[in-house]
Parts: sequence; structure tokens; C-alpha cells
Amino acid sequence: MDMEFSPEDLAFQQEVRDFIAENYPAELREKQDEGEEMSKEDFLVWHKILHKKGWIAPAWPVEYGGTGWTPTQRFIWSEETARADCIRLMPFGLAMVGPVIYTFGTPEQKAHFLPRILSGEDWWCQGYSEPGSGSDLASLRTTAVRDGDDYIVNGQKTWTTLAQHADWGFFLVRTDKDAKQQEGISFLLIDMKSPGITVRPIITLGGEHEVNEVWLEDVRVPVANRVYEENKGWTCAKFLLAHERTGIAGVAASKRGIEKVKAIARTEVDGDKPLLANAFFKRKVAELEVDLAALEFTELRSLAGPNAGRGPGPESSLLKIKGSEIQQRLTELSLEAVGHYGAPYFRGFGEGDNEHPIGPDYAHRAAPTYFNMRKTTIYGGSNEIQRNIIAKMVLGL
Amino acid sequence: MDFTYTETQDMIRDTLSRFLSDTYDFETRQKFINSDSGRDPAIWTALAQELGMLGAAFDEDHGGLGGGALENAIVMEELGKVIGIEPYLPTVVIAGGALKAVGGAQSDAMIPEIIAGNAIIAFAYAEPQGRYDLANLRTTAKKDGAGYVLNGHKGVVYAAPWATHLLVTARTGGGQRDREGVSLFLIDANLPGIVRRDYPTVDGSRASEIYFENVAIPGDALLGGEGTGLPLVEQIVDEATVAVCAEATGVMQKLHEGTLEYTQQRKQFGIPIAKFQVLQHRMVDMFMEVEQARSMTIMGVLKLGLPANERMAAVSAAKAKVARGAKFVGQNAIQTHGGIGITQELAIGHYFKRATMIEGQFGSHDYHMDRYERLVLAD
Repeated sequence: MDMEFSPEDLAFQQEVRDFIAENYPAELREKQDEGEEMSKEDFLVWHKILHKKGWIAPAWPVEYGGTGWTPTQRFIWSEETARADCIRLMPFGLAMVGPVIYTFGTPEQKAHFLPRILSGEDWWCQGYSEPGSGSDLASLRTTAVRDGDDYIVNGQKTWTTLAQHADWGFFLVRTDKDAKQQEGISFLLIDMKSPGITVRPIITLGGEHEVNEVWLEDVRVPVANRVYEENKGWTCAKFLLAHERTGIAGVAASKRGIEKVKAIARTEVDGDKPLLANAFFKRKVAELEVDLAALEFTELRSLAGPNAGRGPGPESSLLKIKGSEIQQRLTELSLEAVGHYGAPYFRGFGEGDNEHPIGPDYAHRAAPTYFNMRKTTIYGGSNEIQRNIIAKMVLGL
Repeated sequence: MDFTYTETQDMIRDTLSRFLSDTYDFETRQKFINSDSGRDPAIWTALAQELGMLGAAFDEDHGGLGGGALENAIVMEELGKVIGIEPYLPTVVIAGGALKAVGGAQSDAMIPEIIAGNAIIAFAYAEPQGRYDLANLRTTAKKDGAGYVLNGHKGVVYAAPWATHLLVTARTGGGQRDREGVSLFLIDANLPGIVRRDYPTVDGSRASEIYFENVAIPGDALLGGEGTGLPLVEQIVDEATVAVCAEATGVMQKLHEGTLEYTQQRKQFGIPIAKFQVLQHRMVDMFMEVEQARSMTIMGVLKLGLPANERMAAVSAAKAKVARGAKFVGQNAIQTHGGIGITQELAIGHYFKRATMIEGQFGSHDYHMDRYERLVLAD
């Protein structure tokens, strides 16, 4: 047992640092520092740079375009990208539907979709939740009825993240109304430009347009776009949820987040001292660092411990619960740290608008981010559902 | 980067686990902790001579298995699982750690005695006024010819009633709280002038108040430099703190497992209480604390070799997290058991008592958070 980096790992770390320093777009950095909302193009510019380098999908098997990195190299990669505050990569293709397709898909599906996920050509969204099916996802009612070589899909999905940008969506639909709930579900890949699809924005607490309602009215979907067998979609869904949970620990990003909070608290003044000298505030930061260390070593144990390589198990629910709690506490501390200047509502720069927004740059998104991040304990299976999973799958209750 | 155990480490764990499950069931433990001596010396002898377990963390040159902090953690976790009162922590982890750090003739003479099970060494470091400050010492060692004369009062010295030797911190100079002037001595436990008042502890062990009254000790009892011993004391206490985190992990795991088992047997409202979601979620929260205690122990073990400031920050983070977790798991184990949990009858309450003492051992949550902040969060 050791946590040393080998000379090869250190060389790799340097290679990653150099690559980021030389290739990360300066305009993107500037926009991030000013706390502006990110556009589709902003997300894709870094995606495309990584794709060109061949580093876009470290977690994928090499045959499908993965990097073949060791767990240690992947750890270094996530550390370095977070340290450099690189924009996050959209998970819908890379971390969600991509692994489902290379695990369960047909050769044709793999050949068509995987390269387009890697290149960023297709933006994906996730059609899972419905107005009546949140935590009880298997109760979903969107139907797909066979008609020759097509399915006719009808229903409504909701909380569909960034569907306004999406070229494709992966949807859970009911193909057998008479089967037991989980056994009548299929996994469909749907072209978001298909006739009958309507995407309507839902504006969340921070004022962002991040999620949407997606209405499907007599949408024709080729049977060839079904992944895995008919009525076996729940297998794909469960596989995907477990994958979604591992990335969700977000250790490297939270480490970076703590550094940002500390930087704010060294700048903000409380009495005649920096806020970070306030014993109460400092203790909250310290507790967060300690909890993050516990999360980090729990994740490292699962990445490089005796069970490494077995794929994400139900233990990943622990990483989701603790990781999301930490992400939320970070945003709480940021908002607390900025004091009065949490209140001004910054809507982003409009056309030709070059007046500097109110308050320090680091305060602009403190409140919206705090509001927005309440989602982390709700999405991907709420933390209460994660506890149910651990109770059943790990504790045998 | 590698978080797996070697075959030897797996073997140490398996061997010890089997031995303890044969010899250390709860009823047997209760019998010997309530006996006059408070222990069964045959167990210590067997650990040394049948299992070779006391050598797991020592060099092969001294007759050990070549291990270190990770082996100590493995042994301590297994002892935690049976709420073992064997003096492994003061003898092997602490005194053994000091001897390994100092090396030379003193370690050549003493380490084989530890490995053979002949030496039991208690760590006399705490004083009534000192709380968790290792430098806050009124005990003095005054130079007297080639040796020293020891005077002072050491409090709550675990395992002292059983000890053949004492590892003692004392001032050879400086003021009561100075970093300079602290020295470390390894002395015979039965020297003239050592007065002990022995008592049982709430967690099933035995301890003593120790009074040194003009105790003459030889010059070669000094471990390390005279007056420059504090960094060594801090290092071995950090090693001990990580070992206690490992013990806590074993204790917490058993508290959690015992609670799982009990809730599946105990019926109320016609069903096992494990069916109630409110209890299920609490047991999940307990599980997460156990896993995080395990993670923090491993972090502590892996960072013990770093420069002092990084080592201390990591150890404090680990102990702070484990202390909170031990309290949470212990209190909820009792709560979930209901009335039977607060009796002496079930093992669970005895695990809770040990978990509770571990919270404060080598520094409370607050103490370690303070130390962590001083090292990491200077403003």
C-alpha cells in the first residue's frame, strides 16, 4: 500500500500540466473568472481540444477510444484538470450513454454513435424523469408502441438537462404495459430533431435555463435505435445510474472549490482581520477539508484497492451521498463568505453591455450557484434513494 | 499508487482474526477483565510466541516480520473488533516506535524482548494539568552524576499495572510548556520510588496514577537527545493516534454489525425493526462513518512518513473524523438497541464504552481540529 507516484506517473503529470497550460483557451478562462454563464460553444471548445489530443474519454475501453490510462493516471488527470479549473465536460454522452452503447449496443450503434460522442458532434440529453416518476423511476408512463420498423413514442419527460442544445437523447420508455414495472421498459436513442418533439425551458432558482420539459407526440423512432433487448431497458438504466454515481463524488473539483472559498475568505474582511481568521468560519472550512479527505480516500480505496476493476458497485452510493453534501456545503460557504454582495442579481453580460457588474467577481454567482447546487442531493437518485440502495444492496436489509 | 494489502499483511489479519475469535469471545473477555489482574497473560504470550504477532511491525534484524505502521493498523483493527485490552498500543506501537526511531543499542536490547512477549511497556506521558499538550510537563528529570532523578505525577497510564517498563516524558530543562527541555526515558517499572495507584478504566482496561518520588534512573534510559525529545514524542503519539483510529474502525464495524443483527431479530409492531426506513437510513449513515474511518486510517498510515507538519495535519484530520464517527456510530448503536443497549449484558454497550474513550484518546475532536487549522489554515 502506498500513494507514491512512479517516475512514469510524475512524467505523465507534467505532460498533463504542460498540455493544459499550452492548450486551454484564454477567452474561456476569462469568462469563467468573471462568473459568466457558459454557452454550448464554451463547453464544446475544450471538448474538441481534448478529442483532438485523444484524451476525451479516459474511462472508456481503448478499443472504443479510451486512453488506456492506469487508475493512477486517471486520478492525476482529474486532479490536474480540476487544479487548472478546466470547464467540466458534459457527462450525457461521455459518462452516460457512451458506456451504455459500448456495453449493450449493436455493432452498428457503436460504429455510428461512439465516434460522434467522442468528437462532440452530437450533444446528448437524458430522458428519464417524468412528472409522475422521480425517485420511483420505474413507474414511468411514456409509451413506445411498435409500428413496423419504428416505435411510436408518446409521453412527457422532465428535468432534461440542456436538452435545448441536444442533438440526441436517450430515453426510457414503456414497451409492455402489462409486465411488472421494471420489466416493461426499453432504452431508446431518439433524434431530438424528430417531428413531434417539443422542448420547453424550466427556469431554476438561480435564473438559469439548465433543465427542460420534453414532450413527445407520436414521435417515430426506428427500432434500430433501441439499445439492448426490448423490455430490458432497466438493465441499461441501472448500469448507467451506477456509472453516474461514481463520477459524482467530484473530489478534485471540490478540492478546487475549497481553494476558491479560502481565497474569498482571505480577501473578505471581518472586523480588522480576514474572514478566514474568524474562528467559526475557519472551523467550517476545516471541517469541510477533513470530510473531503475522507471522501477522497474512500474513492481511492475503490479505485486502487482490493476491489478495483470490479466496476462501480452499490458502494458508489456512498460517494454520491458524501460528494454531493460536500459540493453543497462549499456553495453555502461561498455565499456566506461574500456577505452583502450575495444579493445583487447578475444576469450575465447582455449585447453591448460592458458595465462591470455589482460587487466583486467572486460574488456574482455565489447565490445562484448555491441555489443551483441544491440539485446535487436530488438528481442521479436522491440521497434518500441512495440510502435505500445501500440498505438493500450492501447491508442486506 | 496502490491501496491493496500484501499476502503477508492478509496473513497477519487472518491469523490474528482466527486466534481472537477462538480466544477472545465476549464472555471470556468479561471474565478476565473482571479478575484481580484484569487480564489473561496467556493471551499476550500466545500472541508473541505462537503467532509471532508482536513482531509484525519490527525489522527482520530484530526478529520481526519487517512491517510498520500498516501492520500495526491491521493488528489494532482486529483488537478493536474484540474490544481487546492487550497492551499492544503502548508496548509495540508507542515504545516500539520510539525504539525504532532511536535505534542503536537500546533498540537492539529491547525490541527482541517486546517481540518475545517478555516486555510490557506503559506510556506515562499525560499529566493532570496538561490536557492533550504533550509539552505541558511538571515531571522533572534532574541530572545526577551519570543518571537522572525523576519526580512528578503521571495520570491515567493505561496498562501500567501490568507493565515491566515505563516510557516516561519528563523535563530536563525549560519552563512547564516549552518545546525545549523535553526528554524521553525508558525505565524499569519497579524502580524504588515509583508509587502506583492502580484502577480499572470504564472501557475494561487497567490504568494507574504514577508518582515518581526521587526515582534514580540510569543515564542510558534516555531515548534520543536530552531536552530535544518533543519531536520524537510528537511522532510516536501521531503513530499511536493512527493506530487508535484503526482500533476505532474495528470497534465501529462491530457496533454497526451488532446493530444490523439486532434490528433483524427484534420485532415491534409485528415486524423486525430493521424494516423501518428511519432505522435503515440511520444504519446506512453508520455504515458510511465506518467506511470513512477506514479511509482516514489508511490516509493516516500512508502520511505518517511525511515531513512533520504534513504528517500532523493528516493525523489530526484522521482523528477528528474518526472521533466524530465513533461518537455517531456508538450513540446510534445504543439508541437502536433501545433499553437493552444501556445494560451491561450485551457486548454492544462495552463496544460503545471503548468507542467513547477513543474519542478523546490522544486529543479530542476539538483539539485535533485546532491543530489542523494551525497547520493548514493559517490566514
